[in-house]
Amino acid sequence: MKDVVEIRWHGRGGQGAKTACLLLAEVAFNSGMYVQGFPEYGPERMGAPITAYNRISRERCSVHSNIYSPNFVVVVDETLLKAVDVTNGLKEDGAIIINSEKTPEELRPLLRGYQGKVYTIDARKISEEAMGRYFPNTPMLAAAVKVSNVVDSDHFIRDMEASFRHKFASKPHVIDGNMRAIRQSLEEVCAG
Amino acid sequence: MTIRNRLSGNEAIAYAMKQINPDVMGAFPITPSTEIPQYFSTYVANGEVDTEFVAVESEHSAMTTCMAAQAAGGRAVTATSSAGMALMWEMLYVAASSRLPVTMALVNRALTGPININCDHSDSMGARDSGWIQLYSETNQEAYDNFIQAMPIGESDEVRLPVMVCQDGFITSHAVENIELLDDGDVKRFVGEYAPENYLLKKENPLAIGPYDISNYYMEHKKQQAEAMKNAKAVILSVAKQFEELSGRSYGLFEAYEMEDAEVALVLIGSSAGTAKETVRRMRGEGKKVGLVKIRVFRPFPMEELAETLSKVSAVAVMDKAESFSACGGPLFAEVRSALYDLERRPKAINYVYGLGGRDICVEDFAMIYGQLFEIAKTGETGPVYRHIGQRELGGDR
Repeated sequence: MKDVVEIRWHGRGGQGAKTACLLLAEVAFNSGMYVQGFPEYGPERMGAPITAYNRISRERCSVHSNIYSPNFVVVVDETLLKAVDVTNGLKEDGAIIINSEKTPEELRPLLRGYQGKVYTIDARKISEEAMGRYFPNTPMLAAAVKVSNVVDSDHFIRDMEASFRHKFASKPHVIDGNMRAIRQSLEEVCAG
Repeated sequence: MTIRNRLSGNEAIAYAMKQINPDVMGAFPITPSTEIPQYFSTYVANGEVDTEFVAVESEHSAMTTCMAAQAAGGRAVTATSSAGMALMWEMLYVAASSRLPVTMALVNRALTGPININCDHSDSMGARDSGWIQLYSETNQEAYDNFIQAMPIGESDEVRLPVMVCQDGFITSHAVENIELLDDGDVKRFVGEYAPENYLLKKENPLAIGPYDISNYYMEHKKQQAEAMKNAKAVILSVAKQFEELSGRSYGLFEAYEMEDAEVALVLIGSSAGTAKETVRRMRGEGKKVGLVKIRVFRPFPMEELAETLSKVSAVAVMDKAESFSACGGPLFAEVRSALYDLERRPKAINYVYGLGGRDICVEDFAMIYGQLFEIAKTGETGPVYRHIGQRELGGDR
């Protein structure tokens, strides 16, 4: 099972981390992969820390436990860096992707000694510019795709566009905003 | 023809229900029930099925509704979980003893105290004596496949018993994974029409169902019910064979995974079997002869078949995702150890209670247990029989 890519999402209830996790499963599925996308359920409240997981592989993965040594960690809310040990078990040859206006160098001291790659993406700016409101999950999904490379970026763009056209057939402005956010995020995700 | 898709376990069950298009769904539409009635109600609202959806005020009424529909000659389904099924308790027994083959999708979650919403098998294990057939699922695929097989099993003339199709709460019910769906027409043909011999309002032979049964008759009726459960084993296997012809997917009373030459083995139920299979693959890669048995059918219990499969191993760990407070082991352990009794040469057996209230279990945990089994096989010393894995309090694992 060496070729299973494991991703852990950290967010706060209401920010769409679970939705982003399920969307990632969807786009990986659409590119022919075997997928798992599942949230960890606890006391559910708006604003409480939540965790969600993806396993993506060429063959069906039968493991049904949570993920303790992920290849990638996605942090949808920067304030979690102090509240949750987000790099716990994260592989050193993997990467963490954080929603922040700060640079990777500025955030590294908060990562409890993690030596692997750190990426940042300003999902608030991208979301507010492209969609007029703060929906961090679309830009974070794009950043996760770009960094993890579980799906080819061009394929991902085509797939998301088709999916949005289907979902928001009566709201074309929503489609355009989301697609702008995705393209911008793919370009702007910043390596440290 | 199969259709590649990705669905959560709850979506998979709702989809199977849509393909079956039952006459009635009696369900409580909110927590503690599952997302299944919610997804299915969308199909009803969109006119994709012509099922009568009865949104009841409690789970007790959900089961009563299903029983009434079934008694009238219809086909009824429900879905529930945990405390929801607990509120059906009285009616579970009535459905089974009235020989009404209702089909229930059960999402296994803890029967609470302290409050917990996560997975374990305490709900269905508590209902093991209610007279329902119980099929358990490792994955969303198995939940879907088991649900499609449930009606041909339960409605069979030799059986006529209700069937609950169980899957692990959240672990598979809320996890999106790949699934192969069958064609609508194939499912409809496989499940067929429900045509009971007698029903409430049959003009030629109207029937009363569930009247008072005096002692002179009651025990005969219970014996008939017990015989029906015995008959179910052969019917389950025959339905599985037909299902394999349709889908290419093979099912038995249990799945024996790498058991041909296994020296030690696990017996377990549900989603964690998938995790343990990964442990088996890794340990087999190191040349260690480990295997596992995943129970699909817990009621009726496959006693002789299981004993035969375990007859060649030296040591076995039976894994219970339910604490039944017997002071001597969990419900699956009681059955498995009883099955081993008739063997000439019995393996040593230990019991692990695990996964209560959503406590996770990993590939490495199963490797640790296999290690203990090899030690038991080598020394012949079983040590403590009744164990709880991963206890965080001092001395709690004894």
